Amino acid sequence: YYYNSILPPSCTGHRGRTPRRKWQVFPGRNRFYCDGRVMMARQTGVFYLTLVLILLTSGLFFAFDCPYLASNLSPAIPAVGAVLFVFVMGMLFRASFSDPGVLPRATPDEAADLERQIDSTGCSKPPPRTREVLINGQTVKLKYCFTCKIFRPPRASHCSLCDNCVERFDHHCPWVGNCVGRRNYRFFYLFILSLSFLTIFIFAFVITHVVLRSNRTGFLTTLKDSPVVVCFFSVWSIVGLSGFHTYLISSNQTTNEDIKGTWSKKEGKDNYNPYSYGNVLTNCCAALCGPLPPSLIDRRGLIQADTPQTAHQSNGTGGGSYCDQDQCLQSTKFVLQAAATPLLHSDPVVLPPLPAKPASLGGPCAYLAPAQPTLPSCAGDVLTLRDTAVDSHCHHHLHLHHLHHHQHFASPEETPCGTPQGALPCPAHMHLQHPAPPVRYDPVTQDSLHEDSVRGLVKLSSV
Amino acid sequence: MAETHSLQDMRQQAAVAAKVFIQRDYSNGTMCQFQTKFPSELETKIDKQQFEETIRTLNNLYAEAEKLGSQSFIEGCLACLTAYTVFLCMETHYEKVLKKIAKYIQEQNDKIYAPRGLLLTDPIERGLRVIEITIYEDRSFSR
Repeated sequence: YYYNSILPPSCTGHRGRTPRRKWQVFPGRNRFYCDGRVMMARQTGVFYLTLVLILLTSGLFFAFDCPYLASNLSPAIPAVGAVLFVFVMGMLFRASFSDPGVLPRATPDEAADLERQIDSTGCSKPPPRTREVLINGQTVKLKYCFTCKIFRPPRASHCSLCDNCVERFDHHCPWVGNCVGRRNYRFFYLFILSLSFLTIFIFAFVITHVVLRSNRTGFLTTLKDSPVVVCFFSVWSIVGLSGFHTYLISSNQTTNEDIKGTWSKKEGKDNYNPYSYGNVLTNCCAALCGPLPPSLIDRRGLIQADTPQTAHQSNGTGGGSYCDQDQCLQSTKFVLQAAATPLLHSDPVVLPPLPAKPASLGGPCAYLAPAQPTLPSCAGDVLTLRDTAVDSHCHHHLHLHHLHHHQHFASPEETPCGTPQGALPCPAHMHLQHPAPPVRYDPVTQDSLHEDSVRGLVKLSSV
Repeated sequence: MAETHSLQDMRQQAAVAAKVFIQRDYSNGTMCQFQTKFPSELETKIDKQQFEETIRTLNNLYAEAEKLGSQSFIEGCLACLTAYTVFLCMETHYEKVLKKIAKYIQEQNDKIYAPRGLLLTDPIERGLRVIEITIYEDRSFSR
């Protein structure tokens, strides 16, 4: 759907078509269902496996064990089981379908402003892309996210699988088919907690059933009708996971921090968790009963041009935005073409030639598409911001292709992009006019990139 | 002369001269707070006290939204017991405060910022990352 959002059917003078929603131009690698109400990661196969396992196990339990248990022991058993089952499913859906706390990417103006601030601190060396903050007496480093063009808040992390920065990033859970972050951590925790109870419950009563039955019929015949095997393995893994997350909640850490040992005691340094409230009960309350922040990405909002227009741009309230989109679509298309032709990547400086990977081509589409809603500023009506806004588009493009080479990004003022529609000759400008000397290796950025991808892999394996 | 701009007029006719971004202040942790440092671009436009007052009020409102008080605790427990279906009919505390913030910003814009050719953008529209202050050119189009 990336390409759909860049090349809509038609645009000139077309006022009658339904305005599109923001989820359709969302830059991350997420999937949306029910017109933006449901948000999941790209790979949902394992989530369906989870569903099947839970439904199968519970189904077998209710079908085969409950009749016997209800009549011979107590009808409360299936009732409690049903309540648990409904709660588990509810929490699973809540954890899977909600926004984990995705941070929307910076608007072009913001990105340009940040670039200006970063570059203003000396030009000969690569500018530092970290900021240090003192939180409760601990020094915390805020890293700059190249994809989202923001300085990540503390505890936020960029999920490489979903390609989003997520607040209070815990991990990416393939079983749940989504990232686990600030907004859905409590659902995730309640899901695994209630699932532990459910599996222990089913396991216990199935064993009871088998034992009681085998007094009359054979042990093995009753065993083969019961979902014991599935229960047995899942009990240990789920209970273990619940225990681990209970520990994390009580010490107010994320899986991310625990795995990296961010707050573990190190010799010589007074290292402690600055986010912990001190006692276990407060930490638990904060994690589970704290206020639920709203989603920051407004998936179902309608796309509209909300920035001011100059006289020559505004052809009426409706038409203006569409024609701006058209111009910016042109510029977007041009940048895509530029991306496809390696010739434009003129690297007379020391970098090896860029591999023309299809994956990197998919990138610009994703990154440039979301600029659409705020694109009127790129079409040239914003006088002093014109160059910086357009250049930040080019920076998107440039960032992506030079990501592995860590080229020094020239500040916007050094590479003016001339024309009002700016972006047309821009890729050429951008690549040919690099006055700054090349920087081969920037350990800071290299670290963060590798960290992000490693973290993504670790998350997968940790679950 | 052209000092009293109305919000509508400004949006339709004025050109944007510059944008100032007030970044987040993380010194108290991950709570949503904004830096109160007065940006140099606004020196000629608005009184420092006025600006700091606005930011401080916004910070207080956000702190109220994220406060771990008894109200949020009760709301959390109730929500958990009803499997979060209660939010189908009720707004969360945070959302209520966000509405208050939107109203406050609107009011500040109307009374204080618009007459000086400035416009505050609600941070929620920028993902609670920044407070964007748009500086508009003088209506006289001296460019």
